[in-house]
Amino acid sequence: MELNSPFEFVKRSVLIVQEYAGLSFSALANIFRKPFYMADTIQQADLIGVGSLPIVVLTGMFTGIVLALNTSKTLESFGSLSLTGQLVSFSMVRELGPVLTSLMVAGRNASGMASELGSMKVTEQIDAMRALGTDPSKKLVTPRVVSTVFMMFFLTIISDLVGLVGGWIISASMLGLDSYQYWNSAYQVLKYNDVITGLAKPVVFGFIIATVGCFYGINTKGGTHCVGRSTTQAVVASSVLILAVDAVLTQLFINLR
Amino acid sequence: MTQSEMTHAMPPFDDEPLDTVHKAIIFEDVAISFEGPPVLDGVSFELKRGETKIIFGVAGSGKSTMLKLCLGLLKPDRGHIYVLGHDVTVMSEKELFDLRSKVGIVFQESALFDSLNVCDNVAFRLMEEHLPEAEVDQRVREALSFVELGDAIDRFPAELSGGMRRRVGIARAIITHPEVLLYDSPTGGLDPITSTTIIELIMKQRDVYKTSALLVSHRLQDGFTLAGHFYDPVTKHMKPTNGMPAREILTRFMILRDGKVIFEGTAAELGAVEDPYIREYIS
Repeated sequence: MELNSPFEFVKRSVLIVQEYAGLSFSALANIFRKPFYMADTIQQADLIGVGSLPIVVLTGMFTGIVLALNTSKTLESFGSLSLTGQLVSFSMVRELGPVLTSLMVAGRNASGMASELGSMKVTEQIDAMRALGTDPSKKLVTPRVVSTVFMMFFLTIISDLVGLVGGWIISASMLGLDSYQYWNSAYQVLKYNDVITGLAKPVVFGFIIATVGCFYGINTKGGTHCVGRSTTQAVVASSVLILAVDAVLTQLFINLR
Repeated sequence: MTQSEMTHAMPPFDDEPLDTVHKAIIFEDVAISFEGPPVLDGVSFELKRGETKIIFGVAGSGKSTMLKLCLGLLKPDRGHIYVLGHDVTVMSEKELFDLRSKVGIVFQESALFDSLNVCDNVAFRLMEEHLPEAEVDQRVREALSFVELGDAIDRFPAELSGGMRRRVGIARAIITHPEVLLYDSPTGGLDPITSTTIIELIMKQRDVYKTSALLVSHRLQDGFTLAGHFYDPVTKHMKPTNGMPAREILTRFMILRDGKVIFEGTAAELGAVEDPYIREYIS
């Protein structure tokens, strides 16, 4: 393995950040520039949104179930088992719904985008697209960014709802809680700020997933073996970035309360 | 010509306007490197209108890089490249998109879009320009008929042989009737019979449409076939020129070594050259 000087490492890292920022900016700016690739955007929305539905539903359901199971013991010891609905609702809507949905979608779609665009890069299809007078950023990146942001919003709502259903199944069947009590407490605990937080996060995370996936795909260098490396890097980078940005957003929304 | 085009057409250090009427591509002292020794180092040459220039050189000598430079897909570290009168080294990506509609390229491995069928691959540029469907369909059929692949219109690239992919690549490149064509090793990795078919198509494009072309190749045979034959539209096959000079002049050769042009001339001049490296290369 080649050893680089710290200066070289810093220079390369700054360059990567600069290129990523450039790609993200142009992906956003392209929304306001012609031509618009509506058919590509709808196709990507189908692939990303409908395609991710099964894993998002399963993740949400099991997270709700596990939340109810884990917290019930602690709540029972305080005689507050009736708060299970509140706890599941608050955790799912504010934090676990957006983050776990994003991590699942990142694993599925950031990797998909990186491998698809990476394969196109190494087989010169992206160069061919440029040579044929089409901007790959408009044709390939912007539709993916728009559709991921759009679909993440709805996938998170579905995940939150399914998580609450999972918590309700456990509460009603194993903890002996009244269904009305569960849903009422789950609804009452949520404030306007919680819902805004829970719905703003997936929009930002969706942007991260798509831009990171496209960035690693478009910047794939070398042969087909490098496509695998780009795919791994895209999943790792998007997952870490989601968690890091989540920490910042959480603090930001707490301050806005 | 617009003000912007006039600006691009002006040479950087010369008061004389460039001869873009008779010259399709001009390289002026072009150099480029990729994290290492220069791939091209001070390359200068001209491609006249209607001329086919065949570029030879060992692997890694910068042949394919030259084609990408012509399209502005890469920017040189030094020098100027004029394509149809426009200095592509100073043009923005947006300005280049317009120029690229006049320049067709056939990539080494065809670079067909995997997710699109042959029809959509060939029609890609026309669909991006939102031309009427009937016109697109007609022009796709014409282009596929030119490369004798009319039957493969609904197939996907994965279902095609290597030779068929190259032919689809040629159809995609010529559909807009470009003024310049760039061929990147169009016969690389193909069997001799398929290679001859591809060379015949390139010859047909040269002789029927008089398109200027840069052709990168490893196969000397391709170059000498192009230089020594012409396309006969009556028999629809190539025929030997039998030394007719006018036809030979349309096809010239260029050899690259260590990033520099070491030979430029006709087939006859190449055959008579004394340089030991070139003699070994062509032997």
